[in-house]
Amino acid sequence: MSLSNVFNIAGSAMNAQTIRLNTTASNLANAESVSSSVDETYRSRKPVFAVQQLDPLAEPENEFGQAAGQGVQVLGIVESDAELRQEYNPAHPMADEQGYIYYPNVNVVEEMADMISASRSFQINTEIMNTAKQMLQQTLRLGQQ
Amino acid sequence: MAISFDSALGIHDEALLFRARRAEVLSNNIANADTPNYKARDIEFAAALESASQPRMKQVATSSSHNTELLSPDLAADMMFRIPNQASVDGNTVELQQEMARYTENAMDYQASFQFLDKKISGLKSAIKGE
Repeated sequence: MSLSNVFNIAGSAMNAQTIRLNTTASNLANAESVSSSVDETYRSRKPVFAVQQLDPLAEPENEFGQAAGQGVQVLGIVESDAELRQEYNPAHPMADEQGYIYYPNVNVVEEMADMISASRSFQINTEIMNTAKQMLQQTLRLGQQ
Repeated sequence: MAISFDSALGIHDEALLFRARRAEVLSNNIANADTPNYKARDIEFAAALESASQPRMKQVATSSSHNTELLSPDLAADMMFRIPNQASVDGNTVELQQEMARYTENAMDYQASFQFLDKKISGLKSAIKGE
């Protein structure tokens, strides 16, 4: 039944958006985590989304052949290569020999926008799930009146 | 005289299946709204109806052992890619608001098909009971 596939699809999207929200939270939390070397500094993290690939050997579920539902998956989390913010502050306890401290390459404005986008996408997918639930519940009542 | 459920229920049970499948396709578009290079897809009711009512490839039975029931028209072939109003830079063609509107519309159509089917069944019921 393809309606129950909607739950899997919307569920995968909600999972992916939660991971995205998680990286955003991590980025925002560490936006001011300074360090004394380039290698140790926290870098902005982003999830990579991709369409869930179906198992080619699996039998198609319906008589229509190709399955429509795929959903979304998170391939992995990548760290941003953008340049770190370097600040001259010899008084800072984390400063290196030259008196520099390094700030993460987190763009707070970008992260806030990303957060809103992720939470809206999550909201939309709950809406999808709710509608599919209503449709299924209705079908269960078929012929009872 | 026997009651044939196939002819009594008409197109509505098929329509219900089609709506359920379209809900799946549209929810997949919405789930992949943030996936780079994802192309939004949809199936059309008219195309599905046409392929359901007349198979594109007519089969000719040259032997009595040939089974003409086997080849069902393939709905997956009717799955089309959507042309976006405004293509986005990351190659994604999902327009979230439009997909949402189509999904809601599809849910309404599902409800309509359901109502038709429900009334057909209650009609059959009262015919059986002889009320």
